[in-house]
Formats: sequence, structure tokens, C-alpha cells
Amino acid sequence: MNAKAWKYLRKAAFWLLVAVIVLFAVFPFYYAILTSFETGSALFEVNYLPESFSLINYISVFKGQPFGHNIFNSIFVSFLVVALSLLLGVTASYALARVKFAGRGLLLITILSVSMFPQVAVLSGMFELIRGLGLYNSMFGLAISYMMLTLPFTVWVLTAFMRDLPRELEEAAVMDGATPWTVIRRVFLPVMWPAMVTTGLLAFIAAWNEFLFALTFTLTDDKRTVPVAIALISGASQHEMPWGNIMAASVIVTLPLIVLVLIFQRRIVSGLTAGAVKG
Amino acid sequence: MAHASSLTRSRRRSAWIFLIPMLAILAVVAGWPLLRTFYFGFTDANLSDLSSYSFIGIENFYAVYDGEAYGLLIDPEWWQAVWNTLFFSVISVSLETALGMVVALVLNQNFRGRGLVRAAVLIPWAIPTIVSARMWNWMLHDQFGIINDMLMKLGILSAPIAWTASPDWAMSAVILVDVWKTTPFMALLILAALQMLPGDCYEAARVDGIHPVRVFFKVTLPLIKPAVMVAVIFRALDALRVFDVIYVLTPNNPQTTTMSVYARQQLVDFQEVGYGSAASTLLFVVIAFCIMAYIMIGRVRLDEGGH
Amino acid sequence: MTLIQKLLAGAGVAGTIFVMAGPAQAAKLAISCGAVGQELSLCKEGVEAWSKKTGNDVDVISTPNSSTDRLALYQQMLASGSSDVDIFQIDVIWPGILGNHFIDLNDYMADEAKAHFKPIIENNTVDGRLVAMPWFTDAGVLYYRKDLLDQYGENVPETWDQLTKTAQKIEEAERKNGNDKMWGYVFQGRAYEGLTCNAVEWVASYGGGTIVETNGDISINNDKAKQAIATAAGWIGTISPDGVLGYDEEGARGVFQSGNSVFMRNWPYAWALANSADSPVKGKVGVAPLPKGGDDGQSAAALGGWQLSVSKYSKNPELAADLVKYLTSYDEQKRRAIKGSYNPTVADLYKDKDVLAANPFFGDLYETFTHAVPRPSTATGTNYNKVSNDFWQAVHATLSGTQTADQALPALEHKLKRTRRSGW
Repeated sequence: MNAKAWKYLRKAAFWLLVAVIVLFAVFPFYYAILTSFETGSALFEVNYLPESFSLINYISVFKGQPFGHNIFNSIFVSFLVVALSLLLGVTASYALARVKFAGRGLLLITILSVSMFPQVAVLSGMFELIRGLGLYNSMFGLAISYMMLTLPFTVWVLTAFMRDLPRELEEAAVMDGATPWTVIRRVFLPVMWPAMVTTGLLAFIAAWNEFLFALTFTLTDDKRTVPVAIALISGASQHEMPWGNIMAASVIVTLPLIVLVLIFQRRIVSGLTAGAVKG
Repeated sequence: MAHASSLTRSRRRSAWIFLIPMLAILAVVAGWPLLRTFYFGFTDANLSDLSSYSFIGIENFYAVYDGEAYGLLIDPEWWQAVWNTLFFSVISVSLETALGMVVALVLNQNFRGRGLVRAAVLIPWAIPTIVSARMWNWMLHDQFGIINDMLMKLGILSAPIAWTASPDWAMSAVILVDVWKTTPFMALLILAALQMLPGDCYEAARVDGIHPVRVFFKVTLPLIKPAVMVAVIFRALDALRVFDVIYVLTPNNPQTTTMSVYARQQLVDFQEVGYGSAASTLLFVVIAFCIMAYIMIGRVRLDEGGH
Repeated sequence: MTLIQKLLAGAGVAGTIFVMAGPAQAAKLAISCGAVGQELSLCKEGVEAWSKKTGNDVDVISTPNSSTDRLALYQQMLASGSSDVDIFQIDVIWPGILGNHFIDLNDYMADEAKAHFKPIIENNTVDGRLVAMPWFTDAGVLYYRKDLLDQYGENVPETWDQLTKTAQKIEEAERKNGNDKMWGYVFQGRAYEGLTCNAVEWVASYGGGTIVETNGDISINNDKAKQAIATAAGWIGTISPDGVLGYDEEGARGVFQSGNSVFMRNWPYAWALANSADSPVKGKVGVAPLPKGGDDGQSAAALGGWQLSVSKYSKNPELAADLVKYLTSYDEQKRRAIKGSYNPTVADLYKDKDVLAANPFFGDLYETFTHAVPRPSTATGTNYNKVSNDFWQAVHATLSGTQTADQALPALEHKLKRTRRSGW
């Protein structure tokens, strides 16, 4: 086989792979969009292409509850969680990755062990804590409880990335007498973008999707986050599942995340490969 | 030398200043609830009246009344749950790591529409689990599910399968949904590691004309290994505590009952706060054991870097 | 008492003193009822009417539609002694589980309670305390395809054996005619509370008791119960699809409503949906009491439905009780029956002209509703969920063929005895 044909074949194989990946990832979402346009008995039929188009599910999602409010709450909590986790995570991981001191390994294990209990086991204690702090039914209470879910992860991932950065990177700055905070800001932050954006994004989604705490620590409709609001959508009676509405709501809440990824994805590919620093 | 050591001292001091806010927050939000659960594991607390309970030692774990043994350690359902959890975790995390690696390598290429593909790949991770699990439940339905319809149209199946109801398929269905949902997590973290690699070693390899597959195994993989190991740890932690996918997809199915599902059942459904807390504590022990074994065998570096 | 609880208690006392010191003023209540949708809006309308009448403010809190999630949330709130919600809407099986946290409504509406169905009032009475007022009821019924029964000259089955034969006959004939998705009977076979309802109906219809009797005796290991469950196990793969082992109410309704089943066991809610404008089986559906277990058996429908309870942590228990009294009254239940087809718990409403005009089948099912079989939730108290869980696991194992009824029920009895060790 000549080189040219080989090249085309490789290209075709690559695009086939991309197509398979996209299909596998997107198909259920596509099916959700399809379902969100259907009503009544049409839901019980298998369709591959849109057969009816009705926005009634989308309208009723916003009519039945303060869904706009719920989206705002979710965005607010998620951004707060990301900001707090990254701030605490970056400083802590600098200390854990770049400074030698006794007990570092033990400390990392301890932080990790927080993630070894099932969420439901801490629910009760967390509930008392949140009420004790007077943060029941408040976005701040939720954000604080989410720290337990995102902090261990953020600290560990950022530490792993920071540890691999070459030593020369900060040496010059340290010799110049820069404070650790300046070193973090001036030297590490610029090269840490891919890791920061990635962990930030993952923390954002974790907070965005969390259900158990959000359900338990909020009470009124105007304080609910999106997953809880979706779980609260019900039909005319106890057993009826308003499938079309649920799918419409899911499509609505997934869109902001897609936009977010599209905005930040350039950041994921900058960083070291952009030639900011060569080790 | 004196200068260096004072520099080291001041670095250490500022290290602790950096660590303390994070540790303080963790101690507050995690410390109290965790210790409380641990303590309740040795009591007979019940959710119907949490203010009165008594300390009963290890009776939640093992006790004998009238010649019959009771407790977690002899409960076959608990051990079934442990086995289910380990089986689920090993299979799904391996699949997710392998697939995540493939996806990350694809996304690391330069091609037209890469941004859109990257966003598309992230969709499964972005849909709330309670919704996506229900969605899959619908798609896997035996009568009007699209998966059965598709497989039958393609001639792979002759009769529809009740994926989530059948004892033989329930676990596979759960693994399928979990892999679909969390591969993006692995892919994204591996992609970040790939993106942070220094470019010059590749150039050297390319100049030397080494085959790309060899470059991957000899150069890329060792370099991204630390990040992958950490990603696997957190995926494994989530998998070992898996709950919501199973709760929605195959609730109350003994073939897919995991440790977390078991603990929740005791804690919430049966109101046995004491027994459920004991199960949570044992769950913690099992997970800690697995993770420590992984850290040792995988030689995950904990105490390196810095000066 | 932990420090936090002390602080909270202190705050509570301070709050009470403050309220008592101030002039008499309109209080604010919070009621949890329904989720979203029609159930919630009906509740809101009722609550608003009461607040207008009495001048008190009421917040309506929406809670998850899934009853397991809702129970978990209630338990969390009540266990912490939270006064955030005054009135809880509870499932018919929860009085035994949550009863501790509710006030005795006999103090406020003992007379009113007499107008409601007796089995429900008994179900809601824990240790002599009426912990919940019935709000609307539910009972399992048999849906059938009128058109298919007519076409094949069959009657509505009166026993399970007749149902099996009829279902088999029509299923085979329809399949021969090219309708290869046709099944005979669908029900709720997923391992969850719904299966307990279905199986309690089978067992009770054969006269095999209710798992645990009202005096606390474990009765499930008997021949009639074995016969009932073995009969049901015979349906799987013949008149019911294997997938029925994963169906809940909506799963079964989906199959029936798409025209793919002759019979279905479901709650009355499916009636309106099966007859909705775009339903393929519109106008072809009939509703009847569930079949008997043999000629000497009886028709048994599991008791469902929802009640209203007042939290004992409420700051205004009297007002809350008054709202409960209003919402469960004849007039309010009538409004809900006409507007939303919610089955009243006040017996007289089944003779009310307006109600019958809106829901023609209420009259036929009066017997079914009055004689509905309660699940053993009051007898087993806080252990009910465990009992029900063990029961549906045993039934599910029998249905899926991993065990026979002869093996499953003795094992279940042993398990239940272990649970009962420290008393129900």
C-alpha cells in the first residue's frame, strides 16, 4: 500500500473514532431532546427522528415553578464552590507539592479519607451542623457543605500537577526574594491553567449536579437548585411521571454547561503547550 | 547555609499558613459529621428518636442472642454488597480509564471542530445523575426502550431483554451507564495531563523517527502516569461509594446492591442509625484498605517534590 | 444533648417567649403537600381558602414526588426536631414509622374522624393516638380491554385462574394475528413497595393473611400464601413479559396504554390517562375489582393514599390542626374529588351526585375502597420498611425463578422473626 492511501486510511479511521465517541456521548442527550418535544402517548413509542414538535413541555417547566430562580441558585452555588475550592486548593497544593515538611504524606491521606465515607452517612451530622450555623435553607450553607465533596479532589489533583512542574520554575523567583504568594500568582498560575480549568470545571459540575445535600439543606422553592427542582416535577397524580417535562428541564440545565465548556476549552489547551514555559 | 535554613523555615511557615484555611474548613464540614457517624456505629441509635440511645460496643458488628449470631460481620447481604461493589468498581474504573485515555488522545489532536467535540464529550458528565439514570432506564425499557429496538432492528437480539430487571443483566446495565457517565471525567483529567506535558521530548522522538505507539508507551505514559493515578484514585473512590445510578436504575436488586446502597437502606429506609453507621464505618475501612493497597502497589508518590 | 442542640433549644425557648409576650397576631404555618403539578395546585387552592377564612399565612413546601425520597427528607427534618414544617402529608404506610413525631389529632377532631373510612382511621391510629387524618385514598384495581374481551367473547375475570386463562387465550390469538407485542397481564413487579402492594393483594385474595397480623403475629408462612405467590410466578414469561420484574406503575401503564396488554393492575390514576385524547386505548378500557383467589377467596385491593399529620415540634399545633381539619373536611374532599379525581376518604362522598357525575366509576368501586387491605405498617411500627423489603425480596426472587414459594416463605418467616427479636 502506498503512503498516500495509508494516510487517507488513517485519517478515515481517526474520523470514524471521533464519530463513534461523539455518537456514544451524545445519543442519550439527543434522545432526551427528542423526548422533550413529545407529549402524552407519543412518549411510549420508539422514535429515532423528531415526529412531533411542541414546546409545551418547556413552557410548563417555567410555569410550574420558579425554574429561572433555580437555575440562578445553581449557578451561584457552583461558582462560589469553584472559587472557594480553587483558592483553597491552589494555596494548599503549593504547600503540599513544593515545600518539604514532615507529615506531608499523612496529611494527604487524611484529606483523602474525607472522601471515603458515603455521602448519606454524613447527611445527618451535616444537617445538624448547617442548622447549628444558621445556614439552613441558604445558598451559603449548601456551598459550605459542598466543600467536603470538592476540596479533597481539588487539593489532590492540583498537588499532583504542581509536583511535576520543574524546580527551576520558581527558583529564580525565590532567589529574588519573592513571597510564596507572589510565586504562586506570578509563576505557577500562568502554567497551571489547564489543571485549574479542568478541576474547576469538574468541581462546578459536581456542585451543579449534587442532589442529596441540596434536597435536605433547602426548604423553599426559591432556594432549590436545579437537580432538586427537576426531581420535584411531578404529574397530575402521585404515580404519573411527567417524562416530557423532566426531559425539557434536563435539556435546559445541560445547555449552560455546554456553553461553559465552549468558553473555557481554549484555556484547557493553553498553558505549557502554548509555549509559556519550557521545562 | 544559615541563610538556606532560615529560608526553608520561612517556606515551611508560609506552607502552613496556606494549609490552615483549607484544613480548618475540612475539619468543620467533614470532621464533625464523620466522627459522629463513627460514634453512632457503636450505639443503638434509631432515627425515630435520635436523642436517646445507648452505647452497645461492637454489637452492631457481631453479637449472639439465644445461640443465634447477629450483626454486620455475619450478614450475607453485607458481604454480597461488598463483592458487588468491588466487582463494579474494578470493571467500571478499568473501562473508564482505558476509554478515557482513548478519548483524551483524540481530543489532544489538532483537528477542525475540536472545541465542539470536546463539549459533546462532556455532555454525559454534565447531565445530573438523577436525570441521566432515569433517561437510561427509559432507553433500556424492555417494551418501549430504544436500545432493545435498535438491537432487534440490527438483528443482534431476537427478543427484547429486560436489562434492568433481569438478574443476569442488571449489573452490566449499571456498568454501561456508569461508564457512559464518567468516562468524560477521566478523559478530561488525562487531557489536562497531556496538555501540560513539555513539548520538546516529542520533537526529539519525532526527529528520531520512533513509531507513535512506541512514543506513547515509552514517553507519554510514564510522564502522565502521576496524574492518571490520581484520577483513578478519585474515580475509584466514587465507584466504591456508588449510589445514585443504582438507586435510580436497579433499586432493591440484590445483584447490584452496593455498600453505599446497603448503608443507606439501613440508615434511612430502616431508620437504624446505629447499624447503618456501623455499615458506613466498615465501608470506610474497606475503601481505605483498597486505596492504600492501590497507593502502595501503584507507587503513588505522596511525599515528593519541593525543596 | 449536643452543644448545637442546646443552642437550638435555647433559641426555640427564646422565640416562644417572644411570641407569647407579643400581642396576639396572625401566625405563619408551613405545610408540605404534593410535589409540583396538579396535586400541588389543588393543595394550594385549599390552603389559600383556609388562610383567607382565618387570616393566617401558610407556606406550601413542595417535596419530592418519589415517596422514598420524601420519607427520607421528612425523617431528617423530624429527627432533628425542626419546626420549619408544621403539617406533613404522609403515605398510608408511614404512621407507624413517623408516628412518634406527630401530635394526637383525637384531641382536635375525634368526631370528624368518624366520618372517614374505618380501616384508614385504624391504620392511622398508633397506640391509641390518631397521628394522621385521611386525606385521599387509593386502592389497587383491575383494568381490562373491553374491546378485546368482547371480541373474544370473554367475561371480566372474577378469579385469578380465570384471568390467567382469558389472558392466555387473547394473547395467543392476538399474536397469531400479527400483534407480536401483545401480552396478557402487566402489574408492578419491580422489587419495591409497589410489589408489596401487589403481593399483599394476591395473598389476601387467597385468604393468606397480611404478612404480619394486627396483633403482631407473623403469618406469611402458610399454604394459601404459597399458592398465591406460586400462581403469580406462573405468569412470568407466559402472560406477563419478563420485564414486568422491573415495572413500576408507569412501566405497566406504558405497556397497557400502548395497547400491548389485555389486563393491568394499577391505581385509579391510570383511568384518566388511559382515556386521554391521544391514548391508543381511549374508550376501550374498563375498571373492575381485582380477581379473587379461587371461588372461596375474596377480592382484595391494597390500601394506598395519603394523610395529613401535625408535627409535635410545630409552634402552632392548634392552628395546624385546624388547617388539617379544614383540608380533610367533606367540602374540601369533594372539591378535590371533582377537580382532580382524588378518592375521598369520607364515605358519604361516594353517594354525592356531583362527585359521581365527575367520576362515574367511584360508585362501582365503593366496596373496593371501603374494604381495601392495609399493609402491616401499623403492627410493625418503625420496622415496617424492613418487613416490606424482606417480603418483596422474597416475592421477587420467587417471580424471577431463583427460588420457589415453598423455599422463599419459610426463609422469610425466619428473617422476620429475627427482626422481631427486640419487638416490633
